[in-house]
Amino acid sequence: MTMLHTVNKSPFERNALDSCISLAKAGSSILLTEDGVVGAMQGTSHSKKIEEAMANISFYVLGPDLKARGLSESNVVNGVKVVDYSGFVDLAADHESVQSWL
Amino acid sequence: MKFGILVNEGPYTHQASDSAYKFAKAAIDKGHEVFRVFFYHDGVNNGTALAVPPQDDRHIPNQWSELAKQHNVDLVLCVAAAQRRGMLDEDEAKRNGKSANNVAEGFRISGLGQLIEAGIQADRLVVFGD
Repeated sequence: MTMLHTVNKSPFERNALDSCISLAKAGSSILLTEDGVVGAMQGTSHSKKIEEAMANISFYVLGPDLKARGLSESNVVNGVKVVDYSGFVDLAADHESVQSWL
Repeated sequence: MKFGILVNEGPYTHQASDSAYKFAKAAIDKGHEVFRVFFYHDGVNNGTALAVPPQDDRHIPNQWSELAKQHNVDLVLCVAAAQRRGMLDEDEAKRNGKSANNVAEGFRISGLGQLIEAGIQADRLVVFGD
């Protein structure tokens, strides 16, 4: 079953992203939103975890939330796709269920 | 596709109310149906009729009311969460002997069964919270 996971907290604040990555099944997707977008940035102590997990899981980040925080799309980890709210809706529709990691 | 949305956080707190509203709007704009938004915990404060935010700020309760009016979205406040937080519609105010009610247009108060039903009837239930 394909699942869309959403993570809305920075990995520096809570361990939701870590838990999510360790429990997400191969073929599922993780969308980083709100403060969670910090987790998508290159060169942080968490980037490597995403790069490694990318072999089995697709990563997305919500563009408007990056912009609201002054974070540049060009600084996200290579392979993380930037989507807008319309893309968020598509992701929710394209996966069989949505799990929010709050 | 049929979407249900659960909002667990109050307005102007972190971002959940804004994210949920933007998601709902985007889904409707793409031709999907958002048939219910269920407000739970502090989320019930999204339904206040008494919010007066500064004029240059978004009016979150009004945004929801407008969405309900335009697109026939069912906005439901959890009754137990609402009563604890002083959110009363006309019936609840009367039943509890209170002198006023404060539930905004388009919102209604009901029970958790409405959340369960949303989970069953919607193709996807998307949760926003803190």
